Amino acid sequence: MTLAIVFWAELAIKIGIIAVAVPAIGMVLGFAEMKLSAHMQSRIGPYFAGGRFGWMQLMADGLKFMQKEDIIPADADRPVFRWAPALPLIGTMALLVIIPISAAEFGIIQDLEVGIFYALAISSLSTIGVLMAGWSSANKYSLMGGLRAAGQLIAYELPLVLAVVGVVIQAGTMSMQGIVEAQTAQAWPYVVTQFLGFAIFFVAALAELNRIPFDMPIAESELVMGYVTEYSGFRFLFFFLAEYVNMFTMSAIAVTLFLGGYWFWGIPTDSALLGVIVLLAKSFVLVFIMIWFRWTFPRFREDQLQTLAWKWLIPLAVLNVIATGAFKVLL
Amino acid sequence: MTFGDWISEPTNWAFLVMAIPLVLAAWRVVTSRNVVHAALSLVFALAALAGLFILLGAEFVAWVLVLVYIGAVIVLFLFGIMITRAPIGMEAELSHNKRWPAALSALAIFVTTSWLSVDAFGTTKIVDVGVPTSTEIIGRSLLGQFVLPFEAVGFLLLAALIGGVTLARRDDTPADEEAREATADAEAKT
Repeated sequence: MTLAIVFWAELAIKIGIIAVAVPAIGMVLGFAEMKLSAHMQSRIGPYFAGGRFGWMQLMADGLKFMQKEDIIPADADRPVFRWAPALPLIGTMALLVIIPISAAEFGIIQDLEVGIFYALAISSLSTIGVLMAGWSSANKYSLMGGLRAAGQLIAYELPLVLAVVGVVIQAGTMSMQGIVEAQTAQAWPYVVTQFLGFAIFFVAALAELNRIPFDMPIAESELVMGYVTEYSGFRFLFFFLAEYVNMFTMSAIAVTLFLGGYWFWGIPTDSALLGVIVLLAKSFVLVFIMIWFRWTFPRFREDQLQTLAWKWLIPLAVLNVIATGAFKVLL
Repeated sequence: MTFGDWISEPTNWAFLVMAIPLVLAAWRVVTSRNVVHAALSLVFALAALAGLFILLGAEFVAWVLVLVYIGAVIVLFLFGIMITRAPIGMEAELSHNKRWPAALSALAIFVTTSWLSVDAFGTTKIVDVGVPTSTEIIGRSLLGQFVLPFEAVGFLLLAALIGGVTLARRDDTPADEEAREATADAEAKT
């Protein structure tokens, strides 16, 4: 009986950690985007909320969203419209579970043998959520946004998966913890040998996240706000939160696969605190690059996006898989 | 074993939690008057099915189901429905008038598979439920013992893919191109 209690207590703690981490990461990243974009455009950005630097801006925004009226368009398909925002957030939370933060006993919330494969599978939940939102809003712009998102996600899912295959071949395991351990053992991150894979993964991740230069699904100058046009208040907050936290989880997965995860030269890997710091530092570098891209590049055209995926990224990723497999067999 | 014994097992609770929604969602798939609702019910049914696979320790199969069926097949279904016609509300033209032959063939498939599995395995139980089957074992048996059927299926799928592309693709004849240029010119003039 005590075993059952331990199990349930552990589960409750794990759920608690995820429940706290998601809004916290969302706020930090949202604030970073506001401040960085302001800096890149010679503005000050949030300034007044909370005294110095406007650090409470995102909390104020969150409260504002929560007390807004929950509007459902008259023609909308009500159950689908209501449930659509939940799916991207569920997908995001499920992704956070498998990111390893240290080699210590509680260094990962749940190490799965199929680790990275689970991550790729579960991230497809958000696609369904986006399609549901786009269709149920009964709005042309929303539907166009949903369709663009689906087309884009189908196209970039393939290079994303194929880029990961190279790492899996080299590490000989799909477990996230195992991949980091393999990099620790050779004392070099996989980005050295898998640079092509890393580049493909990063581009495909940008597209999966609908970040500029791949933000056609919510292109504000063409589609108002794409699939989120009709959403307001708390349901909009769900989409917003999922988008920003996903940016972090995708970066953390890229860090784990290609940049050595919680490992860094000269830092012991068995301390949870140091591990978290290293992982967060590496992930935030990637997040910064994503934000930097957003305020630097113009948007792709729909046909350019599809050409990039099908004619460049997928053949290159297949080439990478073949080369990695050949080296693995020969060496 | 009485029903009381059966229900006191936690695994059987987990089974019921996933199996009952699975049956209800599957029922919605075939009775819904709205294609999008039917497709979304199918997502729910497949998710519950993945849960059942996890319960049986077939973790890899469960996530393949999620990646391939929920992540790709259903997304393509929804994409196809929405890009051609996306009606909200009930659809008058969507009929269920072939429901009896469909029900009959579904029943026949159910009887065949259950009879076959009972015949093949009898009272053999899956031992050590909860310890997932290692992906390595699946990989080794797929590319070792069963490599020929595996390659045959791969070849078949490739052939089907090429066939699909050939059927769907329409190469422009010179006449088509002229017609298109003519309309483009006409549009440019207006």
